[in-house]
Amino acid sequence: MTMLLQVEGITKRFGGLQALTKVTFDLPEGQILGLIGPNGAGKTTLFNVINGIYAADEGRVHFRNKNVTGYKPYEMARQGLARTHQIVRPLNELTVRENVMAGACFGRENHGLGEATKIANEVLAFVKLDGKADQLASSLNVAQKKRLEMARALAARPYLLLLDEVLAGLNPSEIASMVEIVKNIREQGVTIIMIEHVMKAVMNVSDRIIVLDYGQQIAEGTPQEIANDPKVIEAYLGDPKLAEKLMEED
Amino acid sequence: MKKWLNPGLWITLLITVAIGIWPIITQEAAKREVIFTVLMAIVFASSLNILLGYTGYVSFGHVVFFGLGGYVGMYLIKEYEASIWLAALAGGIAAGLLAFLLGKAILKLRGAYFALVTIGVNEAMRAFVNNFQPFGGPIGLELNFKVYKPYGGPADALWMVYYATFALAILVAVLSYAVKQSKFGLSLMAIREDEDAAEVMGVVPHNAKTWAFILSAILPGVVGVLFFFKNGNIEPAGAFRLHYSIENLVMVMLGGQGTVLGPVLGAFGYQRLRGFLVTNPIFKNIQLSIAGGLLLLIVLFIPAGAVGWLRNRFPRLRRVLS
Repeated sequence: MTMLLQVEGITKRFGGLQALTKVTFDLPEGQILGLIGPNGAGKTTLFNVINGIYAADEGRVHFRNKNVTGYKPYEMARQGLARTHQIVRPLNELTVRENVMAGACFGRENHGLGEATKIANEVLAFVKLDGKADQLASSLNVAQKKRLEMARALAARPYLLLLDEVLAGLNPSEIASMVEIVKNIREQGVTIIMIEHVMKAVMNVSDRIIVLDYGQQIAEGTPQEIANDPKVIEAYLGDPKLAEKLMEED
Repeated sequence: MKKWLNPGLWITLLITVAIGIWPIITQEAAKREVIFTVLMAIVFASSLNILLGYTGYVSFGHVVFFGLGGYVGMYLIKEYEASIWLAALAGGIAAGLLAFLLGKAILKLRGAYFALVTIGVNEAMRAFVNNFQPFGGPIGLELNFKVYKPYGGPADALWMVYYATFALAILVAVLSYAVKQSKFGLSLMAIREDEDAAEVMGVVPHNAKTWAFILSAILPGVVGVLFFFKNGNIEPAGAFRLHYSIENLVMVMLGGQGTVLGPVLGAFGYQRLRGFLVTNPIFKNIQLSIAGGLLLLIVLFIPAGAVGWLRNRFPRLRRVLS
């Protein structure tokens, strides 16, 4: 199995705060990796390090067998990495289609505007936003903006997609349709790391899960293993029965 | 190419031509002078719009490119008897070069910090030129009458400068439309909306911003040469007038920042208003305060400017107003 992403001993400090301590994992191609942990555990910081927004204090990141430590976000985008943001960041005064075109234009494939329009239309249909293509991005509601973030990232045709809480703030039916979209993305061969607080969804979708707590990697394994890991239950799930309940439902 | 048939371009071009052709038909020197200021403002405002409207960076000191271009051009005409065309080209290149160097240094700054530094750059350039002997120090440079000879004497030279400025106004309309419709334009607007998100998508912000800055500097540099050639002299206080850049900000905001048509309408509207104010005995001394008040009102009530307001109010107009 080829490794798409290798993270080795990533450490990040903000002043006196130890945000990440020697985080290490390998991600094979085509998997969905769930990243969970309490608030402030360092999940988004880990994304920001992989993405090039923060430089790591220690450690290395290899992407597609290339050392990409210290790459800038735009360089990572060109290597084939795309992400969504926890707090949505639409380009408000541009139309929904233009938002997605921007994703296609400047990412890995570096398309011209004509080709980008085609890709944008396809991707918008895929996330079911095609009816809104000519509206300004600012006119969308939260659920639609989340899907727009997703569409923009997908339009870059990434090898690896980082999803930062795409389900947060959605109602149950919106969650169901978003989970469907995530599964469909994997079918297309895109590897995914997702940060998620909606346990049921992350347990359902992920092939493997990593648990962070205070910047430490406290557990790693299949959803089953994670749900039964006493350290995880103590740090995160709280109620020992909760894990069983989560696994039982659907 | 379908996008060249877009009414957004043609409406802008038609309005620009309608403004510029008026004195040519009537052949009146007085009208020509009035419209010359309007055309010059169109070039300046539309250029500034590439930085302010598309990229979202406010440059208060944009007049530095006008002044520097003017000085370089005048110097070449005076000392080397260069033709006005060569001088205009050199003025544009000098302005572009300054923008490139500045871009590398100060485009890392965002928001108010960038705006403040641009003022500093203009003031620093004025102080430098004031003490730079080849440019005549505080006295500046004055052209001898004979430089107008090759162009058929001063009267004809004035008309020639007018035609050249008219051509530049048309060029700037096409340029700002072409930039807006291009992939480069999309990267600028992505930066305006959210620079960090744009970078995550793969836009290289410092490159895009530097190019926007250069593009917005070249034509003001060229226009500076034409303007001071027509004037016959240039001096530091006249070349680096900070309030001229601020008036241009008002024009862009008035017409609608980020639109192609907006700066053209804004330049026309503001220059007509200014023409009325400076000739009116009550307002002639406070015309700049009127400009300031206008800016305040625009920012408070119609931040999108006239064209932006129309586009927001009547979404159907989006197709025809670009």
